[in-house]
Amino acid sequence: MSELIPALSADELAAIDAEIAHAPYRDAVAVDALKIVQRHRGWVSDESLKAIARHLTMSADELEGVATFYNLIYRHPVGEKVILLCNSVSCWIKGCETLRARCREGLGIDYGQTTADKRYTLLPVTCLGACDKAPVLMLGDVLLENVNPAGLMATLGASGEEGT
Amino acid sequence: MNIRIDGVEYPATKDRNLLETCLGLGLNLPYFCWHPAMGSVGACRQCAVLQYPDEEAEQAGRGKLVMACMTPVSDGARFSLETAQARRFRQGIIESLMINHPHDCPVCAEGGECHLQDMTVMVGHRDRRYRGRKRTFRNQYLGPLVHHEMNRCITCYRCTRFYRDYAGGTDLAAQGCHDHIFFGRHEDGVLESEFAGNLVEVCPTGVFTDKHLVHDYTRKWDLQSAPSVCAGCAVGCNTLPGERYGRLKRVHNRFNAEINGYFLCDRGRFGATWVNDERRLDYPGLRGEDGRYNAIDHHGALQRIVSSVERGAVAAVGSPRASVEANFLLRLLAGPARFCPGFSAVEQPLVGEALALLRASRATVPDIATMETADAILVLGEDVSNTAPRIALALRQGVRNRAYAMAAGLKLQDWQDAAIRNLAQDQRCPLFIAATAATRLDPVAARSLRLATPEIARLGLRVADALAGDNSNDYSHDNSHDNPDDHSVHREAAAIADGLRDAKRLLVVSGTGSGDIAVMQAAARVAEAFRDTGREAMLSLVVPEANSLGQALLCEGNGSPDLDALAASAEAGEIDTLLVLENDLYRRAATDQVDRLLANCQRVIALDQLDNPTTSASHLAVPAASVIESEGTLVSLEGRAQRCFPVFPPHAERHPAWVWLLATLKELGREAVSDWHHFDDVTRGCAAAIPALAGIAAAAPDHRFRNHGVRVPRQPPRYSGRTAMRANVSVHEPKQPEDEESPLAFSMEGLNRDQPAALLSYVWAPGWNSNQGLHRFQADVGGPLKGGPAGIRLLRANGGATPLPRHATAAFAVEADEVLLVPRYRIFGSEALSAISPGIRELVRPACIELCAADAERLGLADGDGVQVGDNAAALPLRIDDAMAPGCAGYTAGYRETAGLAPNTRQRLRRVAHFSPPGPTVIGSDRGGRHG
Ligand code: SF4
Ligand code: SF4
Ligand code: FES
Ligand code: FES
Repeated sequence: MSELIPALSADELAAIDAEIAHAPYRDAVAVDALKIVQRHRGWVSDESLKAIARHLTMSADELEGVATFYNLIYRHPVGEKVILLCNSVSCWIKGCETLRARCREGLGIDYGQTTADKRYTLLPVTCLGACDKAPVLMLGDVLLENVNPAGLMATLGASGEEGT
Repeated sequence: MNIRIDGVEYPATKDRNLLETCLGLGLNLPYFCWHPAMGSVGACRQCAVLQYPDEEAEQAGRGKLVMACMTPVSDGARFSLETAQARRFRQGIIESLMINHPHDCPVCAEGGECHLQDMTVMVGHRDRRYRGRKRTFRNQYLGPLVHHEMNRCITCYRCTRFYRDYAGGTDLAAQGCHDHIFFGRHEDGVLESEFAGNLVEVCPTGVFTDKHLVHDYTRKWDLQSAPSVCAGCAVGCNTLPGERYGRLKRVHNRFNAEINGYFLCDRGRFGATWVNDERRLDYPGLRGEDGRYNAIDHHGALQRIVSSVERGAVAAVGSPRASVEANFLLRLLAGPARFCPGFSAVEQPLVGEALALLRASRATVPDIATMETADAILVLGEDVSNTAPRIALALRQGVRNRAYAMAAGLKLQDWQDAAIRNLAQDQRCPLFIAATAATRLDPVAARSLRLATPEIARLGLRVADALAGDNSNDYSHDNSHDNPDDHSVHREAAAIADGLRDAKRLLVVSGTGSGDIAVMQAAARVAEAFRDTGREAMLSLVVPEANSLGQALLCEGNGSPDLDALAASAEAGEIDTLLVLENDLYRRAATDQVDRLLANCQRVIALDQLDNPTTSASHLAVPAASVIESEGTLVSLEGRAQRCFPVFPPHAERHPAWVWLLATLKELGREAVSDWHHFDDVTRGCAAAIPALAGIAAAAPDHRFRNHGVRVPRQPPRYSGRTAMRANVSVHEPKQPEDEESPLAFSMEGLNRDQPAALLSYVWAPGWNSNQGLHRFQADVGGPLKGGPAGIRLLRANGGATPLPRHATAAFAVEADEVLLVPRYRIFGSEALSAISPGIRELVRPACIELCAADAERLGLADGDGVQVGDNAAALPLRIDDAMAPGCAGYTAGYRETAGLAPNTRQRLRRVAHFSPPGPTVIGSDRGGRHG
C-alpha cells in the first residue's frame, strides 16, 4: 500500500511544518497543507491526501471532508491554468454566459472540463468581489476585469504567454 | 415552572429545551438533528415554532421563529406550534429536503420505520412540486454489516455526530458542500468503529441500514419481537430481536436508561443471527455403532437421558452463557459437588474472585449510565473495547464530563452540543489505561501505558498507596530498588495519583480479561483507597460471558469442581454419564484434554444449539432453543438479573434447556420439582434455594401478569399476511401458538402500552413508526421508561466486612528466550456464537500470536512465521505488532486454537518449519457490482 503514496517532498514538508509551528493542533493546518501541496502539484490526488493526513496525524476521511468542502482545492487534475469564471449576479447581468459560450467555442470546454492539451480548466466561481468591473474572471492568479467576449481568446492566449 | 403553548399552560422543567419539553408533553413537533443522547445543534431547522415576547404579542400573533431544540424553556415563555407561520415553515423544510430525496420508499429498508416518513406525514407535505433532476451519489461498500444508500440523505449530520463525536470513530466524515454533501468514507472499506451499527438507528432515513436485514428483508410492522438481552458479553445490553418466518431478521436496541441507553455494539447488534445457522440441531441425535447420529423424538431422548442418569454416577458441566434456570436445574440433577460451572480451569477462580471483590469492595458497582458520570477513570488490564464494548462507549462519554463542567461555568445547558464541543475542544477528564497492548481508547486517554500483566498489578497497588499517602510498601519479591523498570512504574503511579487529585468520582475498570487475579485485586484497592479519601469511587469488573456472574453466584462458596477436577474424576472412573449444557468444551481446554475427559465418561449427553466438536463427541445430542427462542434469566457484570423472553417459538424438537431438564427431573421423580410446571416455578425455586439469587424472580413479571387485563403482544398492530404465511404448506391457518410461560402473546392482540419495562416488546406509537417513538414510552424524554427499571440488582456488598486481599507480585522479568503469554480478545471472534453470524463471520480473523518487533528480533522470529507455544499443539501465525508491551506475547483468546494456553505464564515460542498460514478471510463478498 505505502508504495502507492508518494512521500511529500522536502519543500512541501518544510512549508507544512512551518504552519504547524504556530498552530494549536497539527490538524488545524489541514487547509494550509492542502494548499501547499496543491501549489506544488497542481492538484491533490488520493495519494497526496493520504500522505498529508498521515503527516497531520488525522484520518484521510477527515481530511477528505476538509478538502472537498473547499471548491478551490482540486481533487481532480486541472490544466496549467484554471479559469475561474464568475457567474454571480453582477457578472451574470453583465454577460458571463457569453464568456462561458466563448470558452465552449474557443477552447471546447465547459464548467468542470479541461482542454485536451491540458492547458485550461474552466470552473464557475461565485463573486470575485469585483462586481464594479463585471464581468470578471481569474486566469490562474490574475484577475481579468471588464472582460470583452470578443477578445477573450486573445486575452487568454496573451496572458497565457506572460504566464507565471 | 410553566410555559404556554398555543394558549395552554404546561408544566416545564428547567435545563430542558423546548423540543424535549414538547415531546414530553405528547405534542407532535417534527425534528431530525436533535437526538436525546446527543443533544441539539440546530442543523435541520425542522423543529421551528413561534415564540412570543409577551402576552400582547401573543394576542396579535406577532412572534419570531425559533428552533425548539435550541430554545431553553423559561418560566412564562409563550410559544405556538400551531400557528400557520410555523406550520408553513416546517412544511417548507420538509419540502426542500424532499427535493433530493428519491421516491424509493417501497424498496427502502427503512420504509415503515422511517423517521423521515413520519415527519413528512406529520407536517402534511403531500404534493411534490419540484420537477428537476435529483442529486445522485455513488454508494460505498462499508463492510458486511452496514448498507449505504446515500441518495436518501437529508443532511441532518446525525451520523457523523454519532460516529465521530459520540463514538470516537475517525473514518466517516461529511464530504463536499452545498447541494452534494456526502456522508461516507474517504474510500470504500469496512467501517472501523465497533459501534458503526448504531448508524442504522441513528440515521433518520434509509442511508445506513442493516445489511443482513436488507438481504433478508421484512418490514418492521411484520416483525415479531420480544424483550431480550444480548448474550454477546457480560454487559447485558437490552435488545429487541425481530423475527419472521422462523428466522431472526435483525436486532434493534431496546432502551434501558441504566445500561445500553440508545446504543449497542456491533457484536450485539449483528452477532445473534447465528440462530438461523444451518448447523442448528433440530432433533435429538443418538449416535449409532457407525458413529452416525440417528434422529429420535423428544420422548426417546428424554427416556435415554433418564435411563443414563439412573444407571450410574452423573456429573454435569453447566455454561456461563446459559440461563440461571437451566444451570440451576442441571446442578439440581447432578448435585452441587458434581456440577462444574463450565468455565475454563483458568477462568473459574478469576470469575470467583471478581464476585468476591465486588462484594468486599465498598466502592459503588456502577451500571453503564453511572459509569458515564465519572470524572476520572483508571483502566487496569481490561481491553473493554473487545471484552465489554458498551463500556468503552460509556468511558468515551465519561471523559467528556470536563466539557460539561466547563459548560456549566458558562451557564450552557448539557444539550447545547455544538457549543460545548467547541468550548472544550479536546479537554477531557483524565483517563489512565494500563494494558498489555494498545487499546482503541488510547486516543482519548491522558496516559496509556503498555505493561506486562504483573506490572499492571504493581502499578495499581502503587497508585493505591500513593492515594493513601503511603510509600513504604514494596510489592516485589526481589529488591526492586535496583530495577529500573520498577522506578518507572513507581513514577507512573505517582503521576496517576497526582492526576486524580482534583477528581471527585473515580471509576476503576478491570476484570478477568487480564487473566490475573492480582490485577483485579489491585483495581479494587485503588477504588478503596480513593474512597478512603472521602470521595466517591466506582469499581467495575468485567467478566467474560452473558451469565458468568450468575454462574459464579449459583456456585458461590461451595467449591464446585472446575474442568480439571472433573477430568480427574473422569480419569478415576467416577463418571458414567456426563451432561454438558450449551458449552463447547473444546473452547475451554486443550483439545487432547477434552478428548480424554469425554473418552473417560461412558456416556456424554450434550444439550446445545449448534453442532460443535462437543456435540459431535457426544452419544446423545439434544437440541436446545437459543436465547432468542427461550425464556431465561441472565446476570450481568454489575450483578443485574435480567429476563429474556422467546421472540418466536422454537422449531422442530428444539426446546429450551430448562424444559428438557425439568422434564428429566420430573421423570426421575425428584421431589423438589414435583410442583414445578412453569418457567416461573423454576425461577422461584432457584431464588428460594440460592440466597444470592433470591432476587431473580423479580427481574420481570411472571406469566400470570396481565397488562390492563390483557397480554402484551409480540406483533405490531399492522402485522400482515398472517393467514398467508404458511399458505405454501397448507391453506388452513394454524392457531397462533400460546405462550404459557410469559405474559406476552405470539400475536398482535393485547396492549403494548403502560407495561412494566421488562415487557417492552416493540416501540410503536400512532404517528411514530420509527424507533424515535420511544419517547412515548419514556417518563421523561431521554430518561427512564415509564414502566420503571428492567431487571433487578442482586449484588449486596458486605460493606467492607471482608478486607481486600493484598498480595505481593513479583517484578516482571523474562528470560532471554522467553515471553509472557498474555490474552488478547477480539470483539469479532473471541465470542464463539456471534463469530459465526453472517456479516461478522467475514470480519473474524484467524487466531495469532502478537509480538513487538524488538521481541521478535530477540527471539529470531519474523512476521508470518508459524509458532508453537510451549507444548500447545496448534501452530499459530506470528504477527509483529508494536502495540504489544515488551516481553509479552499476545495470543488471540476465546478461539479453539488457543483454548489450551494459560495466560500470564512464561513460555518459549518455537518456530515451525513449513508453516502455511490460515487462508485470509474473504472480506467483501458483496463488493463490486452490488452497490445499490
Ligand atoms: S446519512 Fe442519515 S444521519 Fe447522516 S446526514 Fe444523511 S440523513 Fe442524516
Ligand atoms: S456490549 Fe456486550 S451486551 Fe452490549 S451489545 Fe455489545 S456484546 Fe451485547
Ligand atoms: S458577481 Fe462577479 S465579481 Fe461579484
Ligand atoms: S431538530 Fe431542531 S433544528 Fe434540527
